[in-house]
Amino acid sequence: MAPLDDKKDVPMFSDYPQQIPKIECGASLDTDTFKAYPEHNEALGFPGELLPNWKEVAIAKMGELAKKNRAFQVYLDACVKCGACTDKCQYFLGTSDPKNMPVARQDLLRSVYRRYFTFAGKYFPWLVGARDLTKEVLDEWYTYYHQCSQCRRCAVACPYGIDTAEISMAAREILDSVGVGQKYCNEIIAKLKKTGNNLGLNPKALRATLEDMEEDLLDETGVEVKIPLDVKGADILLITPSADFFAEPHIEGLMGYAKVFHSAGVSWTLSSYASEAANFGMFIGSYENMREVSWRIRQAAKDLGVKRIIFGECGHAWRVAYSFLNTLAGPFDFLDQNYPIPQHILEFTLDEIESGRLKIDKSRNDEHVVTFHDSCNVARGSAMGDKEGGQFDVPRAVLKAVCNNFHDMERDTIRENTFCCGGGGGLLTDDLMDLRIKGAKPRMTALKQVADEHGVNKMVAICAICKTQFAKVMPKYGFDMDTIQSAHQLVANAVILDGQETEDDAE
Amino acid sequence: MAYDVNGTAVEHDEEGYITNLSDWSQELAGVIAQAEEIEMTDEHWAVVNFLRDYYEEYQIAPAVRVLIKAIKKSMGPEVGNNKYMYELFPYGPAKQACKIAGLPKPTGCV
Repeated sequence: MAPLDDKKDVPMFSDYPQQIPKIECGASLDTDTFKAYPEHNEALGFPGELLPNWKEVAIAKMGELAKKNRAFQVYLDACVKCGACTDKCQYFLGTSDPKNMPVARQDLLRSVYRRYFTFAGKYFPWLVGARDLTKEVLDEWYTYYHQCSQCRRCAVACPYGIDTAEISMAAREILDSVGVGQKYCNEIIAKLKKTGNNLGLNPKALRATLEDMEEDLLDETGVEVKIPLDVKGADILLITPSADFFAEPHIEGLMGYAKVFHSAGVSWTLSSYASEAANFGMFIGSYENMREVSWRIRQAAKDLGVKRIIFGECGHAWRVAYSFLNTLAGPFDFLDQNYPIPQHILEFTLDEIESGRLKIDKSRNDEHVVTFHDSCNVARGSAMGDKEGGQFDVPRAVLKAVCNNFHDMERDTIRENTFCCGGGGGLLTDDLMDLRIKGAKPRMTALKQVADEHGVNKMVAICAICKTQFAKVMPKYGFDMDTIQSAHQLVANAVILDGQETEDDAE
Repeated sequence: MAYDVNGTAVEHDEEGYITNLSDWSQELAGVIAQAEEIEMTDEHWAVVNFLRDYYEEYQIAPAVRVLIKAIKKSMGPEVGNNKYMYELFPYGPAKQACKIAGLPKPTGCV
């Protein structure tokens, strides 16, 4: 079994700025992601396999969602086919398949909705583009709703604000409800329910990993920087993606948080019970699963008796935390109300920098020329700080405070217009590697532009998915895999701890 | 889906990870490596053996950083670094080396 990404040609950069490709019908029709096994689906409360009466169940589910979720119904009803979204999706730009245009992706579901839930579609389906739900249609849903990372770039362009992510989440929920789940997401959610995190990391292994990092921090700085686990009575509970315990460059970010907390002199802890920020329940549009995952955070906060909750660098986790946590697992009246509930680690770090409590030597990042990739769920699904646009400005303020060289990428590819990394929304799986490489093309094109014009050699992301995705696909575009960095990795480079041995001391 | 180890079939999933971890043997590792187009050297074996030892103690694969540190200790900094690990296992030391070592695939945002 050869590695999954070896069979495809390396894609070419688009001329920058990003060019719109000529359409190629069916170009990514054969892109499919592994289906979940029965045990994955059942662990999430879904049928293990395709139900014999799947058609009735799917239509009923669609009706239920349209009734329960008014936005979903409006999105299905409101599109006027203006075309503003057509060139906004990185998967369309990367694959040239017209069904990856947001309007076409929506229409896969909309056409069926019309057939069964609108007057015209019931009686004159041929007049209004309504179609019957068949097995072919169901398969098409599975294929193309797993080529959407739910990044919502198209929603910013839509004059009606139609959010393809909501439609894509609903489609996946309908698929799950008839027993057709995606292996990547469903296996992971099932694992989290058992072990507390997506990796399946048990407390003993987690503790060993953290101790190893403490050893490295001591070696590097000469200071005993702790990464506490399950400490009752700590002030702050840090909820961070489990990738921060495992992957590069994520781990460097976690070591950065530890340095910041150490410098700030606060008491903090991780939880082995809620050892995951990620919440894949959102990707599959399952409120129940999203709630169950969120509830672990509440439980951990109560059990440990903390006063504050801070989230580490994880894109969709911050959307869930910032926008939904209170509804899913609130009220958080047992936490200290003087702090944001929850707070983002970058908000915390920026406070420490601006108050002067964090000692910074920016020159320690002088070899780096840095740019920032806004993660889609942070950019379009959350906020930070107390000013509008804080989710864009807070990370940049931190980076500019710790680095001397910073250049933004093309305006149309950052902030609210940011592209998805290509691996978000449950697509960060090896069986979709070809799609991930193609979907990264617009971002890689924008990065190449600042690399050529300003010598940018590091791109920072604040999302575990973005980091893994870029570490994997960047080499396909000729960048070293360590071009992608954690924000707190650069913070960690520049922070000088009290009592830290620096090279200057040695001289 | 199965590997053929001297006429015995060893089941694996869509991506080549073995289904029953107890099916692993050194011979099987060789067969998996061949399917991955990797020629096993002493350095590959050092990684595979460390992964198996770690898994036995912790029931999970180590963080890449932990792996690299251990290999650095046993084989020196020329082998124990990220870049070299990717030369040994082009698809990544975490996933590809785990597959050959007969460990489950690391899941999540990794």
